[in-house]
Amino acid sequence: MDMDFVINVLYAMIRTGTPLLIVALGELVCERSGVLNLGQEGMMLVGAVCGFIVALTSGSLFLGVLAAILAGCLMALLFGAVALGLSATQVATGLALTILGTGLSAFVGESFVGQTLQGFKALPIPFLSDIPLLGPLLFNHDVLVYLSFGLFAGVIWFLRSTRAGLMLKAIGETPESATAVGLPVMRVRYLAVLFGGGMAGLAGGYLSLAYTPLWAEGMTAGRGWIALALVVFASWRAERVMFGAYLFGLASILHLIVQGMGVSISSNLLAMLPYVVTILVLVLLSSNKARVRLYAPASLGKPFHRTQ
Amino acid sequence: MLRVEKRPVESRLMGYLSPVLAAVLTLVSGALLFVLLGQRPLEGLYAFFVMPVSDLYGLSELGVKAAPILLCAMGLAVCYRAKVWNIGAEGQLLFGALTGSWAALQFLETEGAWVLPLVLLAGALGGMFWGLLPALLRTHFNTNEILTTIMLNYIALNMLLYGVHGPLKDPQGYNFPESALFSESTLLPTLLEGTRVHIGVLFALLAVAVVWVLLSRTFVGFQVRVLGLDARAAHYAGFHEKRLVIFVLVLCGGLAGLAGVLEVTGPIGQLVPQVSPGYGYAAIIVAFLGRLHPVGILLASLLMALVYMGGEMVQIELGLPQALTGLFQGMLLLYLLACDFLIHYRIRLGAAVTAPASQGA
Repeated sequence: MDMDFVINVLYAMIRTGTPLLIVALGELVCERSGVLNLGQEGMMLVGAVCGFIVALTSGSLFLGVLAAILAGCLMALLFGAVALGLSATQVATGLALTILGTGLSAFVGESFVGQTLQGFKALPIPFLSDIPLLGPLLFNHDVLVYLSFGLFAGVIWFLRSTRAGLMLKAIGETPESATAVGLPVMRVRYLAVLFGGGMAGLAGGYLSLAYTPLWAEGMTAGRGWIALALVVFASWRAERVMFGAYLFGLASILHLIVQGMGVSISSNLLAMLPYVVTILVLVLLSSNKARVRLYAPASLGKPFHRTQ
Repeated sequence: MLRVEKRPVESRLMGYLSPVLAAVLTLVSGALLFVLLGQRPLEGLYAFFVMPVSDLYGLSELGVKAAPILLCAMGLAVCYRAKVWNIGAEGQLLFGALTGSWAALQFLETEGAWVLPLVLLAGALGGMFWGLLPALLRTHFNTNEILTTIMLNYIALNMLLYGVHGPLKDPQGYNFPESALFSESTLLPTLLEGTRVHIGVLFALLAVAVVWVLLSRTFVGFQVRVLGLDARAAHYAGFHEKRLVIFVLVLCGGLAGLAGVLEVTGPIGQLVPQVSPGYGYAAIIVAFLGRLHPVGILLASLLMALVYMGGEMVQIELGLPQALTGLFQGMLLLYLLACDFLIHYRIRLGAAVTAPASQGA
């Protein structure tokens, strides 16, 4: 019984950590290009609601996922137009995007509250899912979880081993020098912002199409913000994002574990845990100033002015 | 051909015009939205922006709704002047409401004029504490205040929910997640017969005056502004950055906490799960829209209160979702940030039309 309990907890940890992993990977790429987009929460919400509505009306989960990604990209484009195109403060623009996304998703989703759909089902991978312990833990998930594994590997590979990835990192460190050697700073930043938006939309879609297949106002519950903390936690290194995401996933299902062990604590108090953990982690990681300066992209959040 | 060129100096005029332009663009987008929703656009705008304030009661409600937004926004303005990105007014408001309610519930059977000030103080202190946390985390652990204040918003909300579901729940309340109704001695006196306008509105106006004096006439206010403009200059001038960060966050927390306790002792009269429909977030928009200036913020807070009332009105009158409020809020801020482009840049017609004298700059 005990082993089953542990497997169940770890399984739920991966499921809960998946949206965090996806959105944090997107934000990480965006921040490595030097752009700080605080609009993750808003983009996730719009992705979640669009994905749900399209899946419900078309009957196709696949179309729902596409719609979620597209919606996230459109929101990101809005951020890009204002923060990059019109060089507005990135912090304020990101906040505006979150406020807009929260309002827009509540507005669009109003008549869909309370409806449910048949979400993504677990898709056991033949043979692999038969491995004891690891099989049920890793290879018995829905297709979006597998996709998140792929995206994780893809982002690491992109940042480490591709020309474009190196270009993106150079632009995030010193956009001035990057321009001087002829790198297209603005184009790369737009693409990075769009990628971040698509990932946030996908993460939102995972929530409304797989994790809890329904739409509820504000259903992301701060995950977009937690993802921003996750990027700090990972010291802007993609390899460390997955561990962090699952750690936060574990923190958010801790109430299930505690209840499973028969301890009774108010669920409202336990619901604070992921946010408290986020603060604690941030405190631990940022108290060393030199470390933050070493790892954070040097131009993060600073507007880049084209000189004509 | 249109072309964009950088202004040699920032345009003061555009600084004032940009919020107006943003409001106009929001109205135009709102009209288009009403068309999309199958409404007549002018009728929709009329229902949203005029009908809520077409009688005296409506105007009084505008004051009631603007007060908490105004208090939070004044606090945020001081923070933003110091470039301290406090997003936590919502949590500070909720925590103030929670501690204030706790105090009010201790005085259910108590009479006396000294009770209410004590309750208000408890609320303000609660908010100050909630502002002190991110301040200390930033000054002592170098932790980014944007993320900590956001997290503290969620924690405060959950603590409030814990309160109304647990220790502060009304024992005679049929298990509803609400506190007992506060006693008469802990309720705010109203100013106008037949309305909900309470003395908290005066507190909000007082806060405007105090923050104005603070920012423009005191040394602390000067230090706050210098820190925001150039942290390095503030450092060389010997200003204590840490002390200033703590000061602005605690000040904002106190004002937001006061807003929270004013809500529960004023219009609501008990602690409920929905103390605030996002006033603390709306105050961020108000602070920016008012250009971080007390008078501008006063005007912007009235507009924001109207946006809240408009959302309720179109739901009643036209059967449209109340969530329109959030949509209008988001558009307003995004348009403002976009329009601010015109402070630093200007759009000119092509070279053939412009006078040669302006070319050199």
